[in-house]
Amino acid sequence: MTALAPASAPALRPRISGITAESVFVRRSLTHSLRDGESLLMAILLPVLLMLMFTFVFGGAIDPSGSYVNYVVPGVIVLCAGFGASSTAVYVAGDMKAGIIDRFRTMPLRASAVLTGHVVASLIRNLAATTVVIGVALAIGFRPNADAWEWLGAAGMIALYILTITYLFAAIGLAAGSPEGANAYGFILLFLPYLSSAFVPVSTMPTWLQWISENQPVTPIIETIRGLLMGTPLGDSPWWALGWCAVILTFAFTWGAWLFRRKAGRR
Amino acid sequence: MPAISTDDAIRVRGLRVAFGRHVVLDGLDLTVRRGEVFALLGPNGSGKTTTINILTTLSRPDAGSVEVFGIDVPRDPDAVKQRISLTGQSAAVDDVLTGTENLVMLARLSGLSARAARIRADELLERFDLVDAAAKRVGTYSGGMRRRLDLALSFVVTPEILFLDEPTTGLDTRSRRELWDVIRSLAAAGTTVFLTTQYLEEADQLADRIAVLDEGRVVGIGTADELKARIGGDTVELRDEHGALLREVSTDGSVSGLRQALDILDEAGAQGVVSLRRPSLDDVFLSLTSASRTPTEPVLEEIS
Repeated sequence: MTALAPASAPALRPRISGITAESVFVRRSLTHSLRDGESLLMAILLPVLLMLMFTFVFGGAIDPSGSYVNYVVPGVIVLCAGFGASSTAVYVAGDMKAGIIDRFRTMPLRASAVLTGHVVASLIRNLAATTVVIGVALAIGFRPNADAWEWLGAAGMIALYILTITYLFAAIGLAAGSPEGANAYGFILLFLPYLSSAFVPVSTMPTWLQWISENQPVTPIIETIRGLLMGTPLGDSPWWALGWCAVILTFAFTWGAWLFRRKAGRR
Repeated sequence: MPAISTDDAIRVRGLRVAFGRHVVLDGLDLTVRRGEVFALLGPNGSGKTTTINILTTLSRPDAGSVEVFGIDVPRDPDAVKQRISLTGQSAAVDDVLTGTENLVMLARLSGLSARAARIRADELLERFDLVDAAAKRVGTYSGGMRRRLDLALSFVVTPEILFLDEPTTGLDTRSRRELWDVIRSLAAAGTTVFLTTQYLEEADQLADRIAVLDEGRVVGIGTADELKARIGGDTVELRDEHGALLREVSTDGSVSGLRQALDILDEAGAQGVVSLRRPSLDDVFLSLTSASRTPTEPVLEEIS
């Protein structure tokens, strides 16, 4: 190293105010997503392929009238949101293994800001992917009959679901010892939409499975989105959907905050 | 908010940490003066990283008091965080971002405006010789470049204390010497430096004072010369024509002591080149740490 300029005198590191830290971390996480080529490709390609597969491969067998696309779109949206959010677990687990987290923790910052960055980035990423899904769906014959308010309600429901499942994946990422482990644990969650009314009506399942399908969180969420977009009866689905999201979100948030305090110091 | 009037940068008394039944720190006492470069020297597993983790608020002690500039670390971690920077064992850099992006991010997190952050990033890239690599992702950096960026990140706001956990582990000799120069220049500007190392040479080169840590306790503390003086006299070495050490005899430094040592070698019928060696930090280290408790093989039998 040549001609090293003199260092400056020591100074106090100011405590930063407002949501500066959060916005810095959101930007960091989005940059990570954009530079992670494989994940980005998967995030866009997978929803499109699933949409096409369910409509053209399975659709004919499930509903020969050709209107299966109108049934399946909410299910594909929720399935894709799950896949997209699961990468949060991998990013969080990777962060906890990296030395940079210790740097953040030795600065006067809110400890949760790093997690908030990952969660908000996932929300933005997955809402973009959802837009792609809906675009493809409209192109291959999806004909919703929702008005502007119903579209807004559906968008709100989807955003809340993404937020909930992202927080859950963030906590799983903290609990898992490694990014590989985080990936494996997340698999179980990704399976839930298949056991719901996402792809076939619950009434077509064996009785014991019907009980599981009707009482798991994904079914009321899908029924709410479907009701808002397609005009199927909503019943009490929205309340169940909101209730489930609130419970899971509270659990994931508390668990995540506890894990973060406990784990970040001991790599 | 406690008054900051102490001349001591770090004061540790009776620090105890155990993970389950495994005692890591067993009544550690340390005082680091403002403005000095202080090295904590010890073998693997002696508790160096645990000490740094507690001083930098990353973990909490089980017992004992820990003060940084008179601030109780476990009680007021945020006040401590405003005054320190940590360059940990695994480089604390973001591999996916570029060098510039890393620095700008840290500057924004340290309260600088977007514009000021960019200016500061450019200054630091210049100062740490990273201008050419500024736009490259850190994942592509060499070990030495990563460490330099790591240090640069610690100086976005010049800290009152810089903690360095084994700063040159895994670096080649050239990068190590470059990093030593950087650390010296940072210390010269008024930052107190607290570093841990396994390398005696590193402590000898950089530190004003050295504490030798063994099994969770300080077993020796002082300047390198003070520690060497504790060992006492010189050592007479006998080497063969290839320079390999055949036998060494320690002396008390007096004429008769030296003669006695030579007599011992003579009686053993040893052949070779004799030289006199001042005690090194290695000798201090070995005599103070548990390494001295493992028996060394007698060398003489090989030649007789």
